[in-house]
Amino acid sequence: MSAAENKIETKKITIIQAINEAIAEAMEADPKVIVLGEDVADREGGGVVGVTRGLSTRFGDDRVRSTPITEQAIIGAAIGAAIGGYKVVAEIMLMNFTTVAMDMIVNHAAKLRFMSGGQTGVPIVIRMMTGAGISSGGQHSDFLEAWFAHTPGLKVVMPSNPEDAKGLMLSAITDPDPVMFVECTRAYFTPYETPVKVAPIPLGKAKVTQEGTDVTIISYSEIFLRATAAAAALAKDGISVELIDLRTISPWDRATVIASVKKTGRAVIAHEAVKQFGVGAEIAATLQEELFGQLKAPVKRLGAPYTSVPFSGVLEQAFIVSVAGIVAAARATLA
Amino acid sequence: MATTSYATGANAAQPDAATQIEIYRRMNLIMQNDEASRKIIRSGRLMMPYYSQRGQEVIPSAISVNLNDDDKICTIYRGIHDMLAKGVPLRALWAEIAGRVTGTCKGKGGPMHITHPASGAILTTGIVGSSMPIANGLAWAAKLDKSRQVTIANFGDGASNIGAFHESLNLASLWKLPVIFVCQNNRFAEHTRYENGTSVDQISKRAAGYGMPGITVDGNDPYEMYAVANEAINRARDGEGPTLIEAMTFRFFGHVFGDDDFYMTKEEKSAAMAADPVPLYRAKLIANGVATEEKLAALEADIAAQIADAIEFALASDMPPLEELTRDVYAEQGVA
Repeated sequence: MSAAENKIETKKITIIQAINEAIAEAMEADPKVIVLGEDVADREGGGVVGVTRGLSTRFGDDRVRSTPITEQAIIGAAIGAAIGGYKVVAEIMLMNFTTVAMDMIVNHAAKLRFMSGGQTGVPIVIRMMTGAGISSGGQHSDFLEAWFAHTPGLKVVMPSNPEDAKGLMLSAITDPDPVMFVECTRAYFTPYETPVKVAPIPLGKAKVTQEGTDVTIISYSEIFLRATAAAAALAKDGISVELIDLRTISPWDRATVIASVKKTGRAVIAHEAVKQFGVGAEIAATLQEELFGQLKAPVKRLGAPYTSVPFSGVLEQAFIVSVAGIVAAARATLA
Repeated sequence: MATTSYATGANAAQPDAATQIEIYRRMNLIMQNDEASRKIIRSGRLMMPYYSQRGQEVIPSAISVNLNDDDKICTIYRGIHDMLAKGVPLRALWAEIAGRVTGTCKGKGGPMHITHPASGAILTTGIVGSSMPIANGLAWAAKLDKSRQVTIANFGDGASNIGAFHESLNLASLWKLPVIFVCQNNRFAEHTRYENGTSVDQISKRAAGYGMPGITVDGNDPYEMYAVANEAINRARDGEGPTLIEAMTFRFFGHVFGDDDFYMTKEEKSAAMAADPVPLYRAKLIANGVATEEKLAALEADIAAQIADAIEFALASDMPPLEELTRDVYAEQGVA
């Protein structure tokens, strides 16, 4: 194939635009796709950061519906409409606000397919943003993905870049089961060259973005960008990193992770959520179950200290896993 | 908008003779089914948490005769009466409460999670108050479909004190959803007497706070219950929005099977049982010439036979195969 034939048309977009495009494409393709949440319609600004901007103007206020501040009612309405034949994208503005809809998410969305013996599936996407580093303090910043990954029936998706965000959102909307779609606020605003046409990316598939031989670094969401920077720094010291963006936390891509660590013998897992009982613990435990004896070093886990997200900038930066921290952890596995 | 005159007086809808008999059939079905359930639990042949609906037969019977098959209901753990009245088949119901693979949910839901979409029985939740937010969603789907379907959200008096009630009534009123909120006020929230847990003397008064009609009705009177439900359902079908109905009733056998009712007086319980709505309504149908003793006796015998058949079917059915343990977690099998 010639270079010209290989050329994929791209444009610079942010994660915000990528998700907006994915929802628009899904709504265009299927009149049963509907959106609800606080301030999601254009009259209210198309979402607090504009993820749904333009959708109500384009598809009508019936299909893109702003709600009161009423998280239980939002998720309840999403569940009922989904059972009633719709594919619902519900926005819960911030991940911490899922706590006030936990009964609807955990007792109902997650369980209704099983408890009904497969009769009432709940095809909804629950979108939310979160993340420390923007001075929002303890109740607007948490990464709570481990709770949801610990809940059978839910899927959990956490993209790190616009292309993945778009492809994963396309799959999430057509998925027959409830998907928690977690967006990191810090990663929202950076434009990336992104293919104009993005195909749906299957849920549960990790992406090996860089092959390597010395150590595998596994991460997701915005921390994956830090892992990428760490890999570049390590390369300067001659350390060859295999880099995995998990992309979907539940179901997670065991096969890809295990195959990589089997090759490198070393693993570092990095995420923003608190380390204790975090996603890293599940991955580390799986690696020792599957690869005990083949590991060349103890698996390293990086996450936040066991504390609440602080306000003060100095403390807040110390809370988030850093590039230097990932570099040091990778080096430690090679020491 | 809090009302007292809703669907009463000369304009109240009256069930015709056939409908009156059908209401009785449903009431008797619920009563006999409840008696059979308590009997089989006492015998030790089946074990389950069981929330008797005895005493509350009128409410779903008089509501459901106003519904079409494709109308939806959501209910709670004390909800088997709602499910039966909507038409959930007895065999599948009994197989479910027996934990058999032939049950409505392949034995994976149990008595607290009966689901049978073919009958419009969409949700039984074990969480107080949670029928309402989901009923809103079903009603929203019907509104988007312009289908004229309605959804009934059943719940108890205790549920009117939980946040989901307030969020749901607000959204339903704001969006004019075709949903009817049916509070089956049996005067006790678990063991807590109504007035010790609820800040208003009538739950229907809370409707005013959400800009929707609210009415308290004698939920043990089939004629009143029918008329109020008829008007609320017609309003919802015509796009006029939701109604809160508070149907006054009494549960004869406490919160859960085995409950010794220590929190109520013997006098109030025996007074309620003396006013048992099932025989009272039966006598009225005969006295008014709507049905004969022979006709009702035949109908009751037929129900008894159907229940006996359902129990036999359930107990003879297979237990679910072990693959069912992890099936239906997701649509696709083997996802974890």
